Amino acid sequence: MTKLDAKIPEGPLSDKWRKYRSTVDLVAPNNKRKLEIIVVGTGLAGASAAATLAELGYKVKAFTFHDSPRRAHSIAAQGGINAAKNYQNDGDSVFRLFYDTIKGGDYRSREANVHRLAEVSTSIIDQCVAQGVPFAREYGGTLANRSFGGVQVSRTFYARGQTGQQLLIGAYQALSRQISLGNVKMYNRHEMLDIVKVDGKARGIIARNLVTGELERHAAHCVVLGTGGYGNVYYLSTNAMNSNVTAAWRAVRRGAYMANPCFCQIHPTCIPVSGSYQSKLTLMSESLRNDGRVWVPKSKEDVKAIRDGSKKPTDIPEEDRDYYLERKYPAFGNLVPRDVASRAAKEVCDEGRGVNKSGLAVFLDFSDAIVRYGKAEANANGLDPNDAALVKKLGTKAIEAKYGNLFEIYEKIKGDDPYKTPMTIYPAIHYTMGGLWVDYNLETTVPGLFAIGEANFSDHGANRLGASALMQGLADGYFVLPYTIGSFLSKEIKTPPISTDLDEFAKTESDVRERLMGLLNVKGDKSVESFHRELGLILWDYCGMSRNAEGLKKGRELLQKLKKEYYENVFIPGTMDEYNPELEKATRVADFFELGEMMMVDALHRNESCGGHFREEYQTEDGEALRDDENYTYVSTWEWKGDGEMAEYREPLVFENVELKTRSYK
Amino acid sequence: MSWITNFLTSSLGKKLVMSLTGLFLIIFLVVHLAGNLQLLFDDGGEAFNIYAHMMSTDPLISVVAYGLYFFILLHIVQGILIAFQNRGARKVKYAMSNRKSNTFASRNMMLLGLLIFFFLAVHMGDFWYKMKFTNELDMVTYAGYDAAVRDLYTRVNAAFQEWWIVLIYIIGLIALALHLWHGFQSAFQTLGLNHKKYTPIIQGLGKIYSIVIPIGFAIIPLYYFFVK
Amino acid sequence: MKLKLKIWRQKNQNSRGGFSNYTVEASPEMSFLEMLDVLNQQLIENKEEPVAFEHDCREGICGTCSMVINGQPHGPMGLTTTCQLHMRHYKDGDTIVIEPFRANSFPVIKDLVVDRASFDRIIEAGGFISVNTGQAPDGNTIPIEQDEAKKSFDAAACIGCGACVAACPNSSAMLFTAAKVAHLGHLPQGQVEQSKRVKRMIAQMDKEGFGNCSNTYACEAECPKGISVANIAKMNRAYFSAVVSTDEK
Repeated sequence: MTKLDAKIPEGPLSDKWRKYRSTVDLVAPNNKRKLEIIVVGTGLAGASAAATLAELGYKVKAFTFHDSPRRAHSIAAQGGINAAKNYQNDGDSVFRLFYDTIKGGDYRSREANVHRLAEVSTSIIDQCVAQGVPFAREYGGTLANRSFGGVQVSRTFYARGQTGQQLLIGAYQALSRQISLGNVKMYNRHEMLDIVKVDGKARGIIARNLVTGELERHAAHCVVLGTGGYGNVYYLSTNAMNSNVTAAWRAVRRGAYMANPCFCQIHPTCIPVSGSYQSKLTLMSESLRNDGRVWVPKSKEDVKAIRDGSKKPTDIPEEDRDYYLERKYPAFGNLVPRDVASRAAKEVCDEGRGVNKSGLAVFLDFSDAIVRYGKAEANANGLDPNDAALVKKLGTKAIEAKYGNLFEIYEKIKGDDPYKTPMTIYPAIHYTMGGLWVDYNLETTVPGLFAIGEANFSDHGANRLGASALMQGLADGYFVLPYTIGSFLSKEIKTPPISTDLDEFAKTESDVRERLMGLLNVKGDKSVESFHRELGLILWDYCGMSRNAEGLKKGRELLQKLKKEYYENVFIPGTMDEYNPELEKATRVADFFELGEMMMVDALHRNESCGGHFREEYQTEDGEALRDDENYTYVSTWEWKGDGEMAEYREPLVFENVELKTRSYK
Repeated sequence: MSWITNFLTSSLGKKLVMSLTGLFLIIFLVVHLAGNLQLLFDDGGEAFNIYAHMMSTDPLISVVAYGLYFFILLHIVQGILIAFQNRGARKVKYAMSNRKSNTFASRNMMLLGLLIFFFLAVHMGDFWYKMKFTNELDMVTYAGYDAAVRDLYTRVNAAFQEWWIVLIYIIGLIALALHLWHGFQSAFQTLGLNHKKYTPIIQGLGKIYSIVIPIGFAIIPLYYFFVK
Repeated sequence: MKLKLKIWRQKNQNSRGGFSNYTVEASPEMSFLEMLDVLNQQLIENKEEPVAFEHDCREGICGTCSMVINGQPHGPMGLTTTCQLHMRHYKDGDTIVIEPFRANSFPVIKDLVVDRASFDRIIEAGGFISVNTGQAPDGNTIPIEQDEAKKSFDAAACIGCGACVAACPNSSAMLFTAAKVAHLGHLPQGQVEQSKRVKRMIAQMDKEGFGNCSNTYACEAECPKGISVANIAKMNRAYFSAVVSTDEK
């Protein structure tokens, strides 16, 4: 059944990439000038790839639907970027980073790719420093590190809570330089709406100029997609409003395979939904769980009283609170891993004990921590630890020093002061590990079509570690693709520039036009947004934090029904030939429908729980994920056959360098 | 020399001209006030008239004076050009704009500057022009000073008995105070002198300066109008 | 709460715009953009054209959202972008005037959407360090003093939203340009090209038709990221010294 060739180089793990680099076919400088590359998406992966390819001498055309490459959602990443620098002398190494990533990914990623990622991680830091990324520094001026979820070394480089922003601006500046040198032609406000294949190879795209509405043909020798993840299929997520799957999905519709689409990461500490108008969820750093206690009221009467405002959370006496994480997981308490904490919150809310109007929120309470820190401070300073007011004051100060900026963000959004009243939090979709299937060259199943960054599936398996997304995006763009693209382009040096007059371009353009006109002509009654919200809810309910076979089947039915209604009753104001954000959304949501169905099919087929994929049928007695290594140690990839029909292909995962272990929190 | 014109016509070059000429005028105001305070001496105008004579005849001072006129004109012309260019940079205006984010003075430097300019025209027409280019003023001599000098003092005294002239002075000086309120520290900012430690000092000095100097000037007409 | 909205509507760059009045029912927990979402939903249900406005991350970091709210870019709250502004700062019956960022260099594309490509061109003129991928020495080769790193970061925090231009009575882009010059200028890596960078960026800024800085500091007051005008002074210094000291004519 396997027809996927991952093209992993032979030899020992640590030599694969080195050897590959020395032997991969190269393109001579004079030929590079003749070869054109289209890069779609200008986030961390896309911008770094476009800049680097242009530096090498290729003729690059870069596309973004944003008004500027600097807006890509990579900008919102907070925590940091991992690299096996071992600057802290704490025993870090390439192998250790490789191992942590494989293990964190619950053994569902490809060894060779992950090792390569760990190898190039160190060069990323050097490159970014040279570009002027203002990483945090020690007093002596050397680079600072911090530790991040679940690893024993300090290998995360950071720039306050805005690491993504600073790295993206670095890549954006590198790209800007190439634009000014004429090596990159930049197309802002252009959305890719289809891939053009000529003789089976990706040779161009159809893009819509979002200002004029015109459809444009762009040709090149190959196409690179750095178009991010698809978390927005859930409507509510920590993704930006405009993040979408369309570029990747159009690739799937042209023959690329989607890998592990059901692997989505959920972040347990986000600011919850406060009403049906909610458009977006904001992440709060997970570090808050170090000092906050998670609870909901024991009785539904109290829940009701809180929801209608007749009781405040501080009115609920200690004995009427259910600190459910501490109750269920006495060993780890509030510090259980992301997925466990998320599922537990969902459970209590499903029981009807959610503490805000929407019923989807739990408390994260710092009052005990304030007292604890306050007493410690009082004792340390020889003050009276029994003076409640003093203790509160000192404790508040200590908490402020630790989490001040997060409390500020929270207060800005919610208007509540978390020093006085508990925060409310709820899990939210955050990142998608699944994506376009790529081989070691980052090439999809369509020759000449490459996928980088979150858009591909390659490095994070079933779960991504903190501070690894930035690392992967930049690794692909700066240090991997610029080499591996040679494997394809070295065979194209005799190919003259591709003409956009070819029939294939005309045909694809008319396909796109038909699709857009089809949506515009529905002229129904419901807005795109309202369909998207409903779609998101279906996925969240049936293919979200925890899934089961029955739910997935039901969800798929509901989705299909909604999809049918979409094509009968959506209303898109305006025309195709103008700036029309509703039309932009409409094509994206149409693609989300198809992707959503594929996610459900994938989730249903994977009869195990691993990483971000939790199947209720497959758990231990304590409610922990139960992996099935014997039957599911493979990448599931899906070919879209049209109208909900899909074919599955498998890439077996071979682990020669690590031993598969069960995650344990005991 | 194209780099010089390039520089002087760049937005920063133009600003530098405004800043340097402004600072020169700030220094001038101190000198001018010091001289004029002699009008408050109860000596029948002797000290002031001798000082005025020296100011209009000393060759070195004449050179500086022509520099001063040039800088004033440059400051005015450049300022007007910049202000019009700035207004032109936003063809469609806001229906509503927030006035809290900046000061009245900083927004209206051209208006204040023009008020000062009109005041200056009256001021110079009355004294400087009459002193230098007409024979309207009587000549007086003082013991111990070998030349006969024009009696500007009497002209000043006469002018400051007119309420409307005093009013023009007061308005002009209020405009000057506001202009300096923004201009003093702004000149340093333009030169690139902004520092956590020193900028608050400069700003403080600027505020003191922009109050003290105009008050110093205003005392003279008020003194003549109400006291003399 | 019920709000009256007076919103600038403009079909495209070439047409004349004007204000239209709307009423919308909002709740205090909504963000400002969610309130506009509600309005647009309402308009779409009535088969009317929704109000075009730009937005993306909705967490105050991408710099996409803009609009001038009752005369203030990003509305009344300090250090807050429009997307982070919440309706609890308004009360029932309020009238809110919403306009696009206005400057010749930010032409209106539609309604509240403006074209800020001039900012990209300023960066393209020199807002970078010329180092190709692979040329970098080890990250710890150049120690950077913490205070300098901090100042660099404070400038680099700019999100390129354009509120500085929108707030400036002169539509000057000095704060934006200076933030980039200062970000790179505070770092040793950025010194090599500092003179060329500052000259080229300012030349481009002037070419784009922004007004001149007259130190009103409205930019700093309205900047959602609190970028300081001290950066402008730093850029002025760098520019004067570049003009005087370099051989380049």
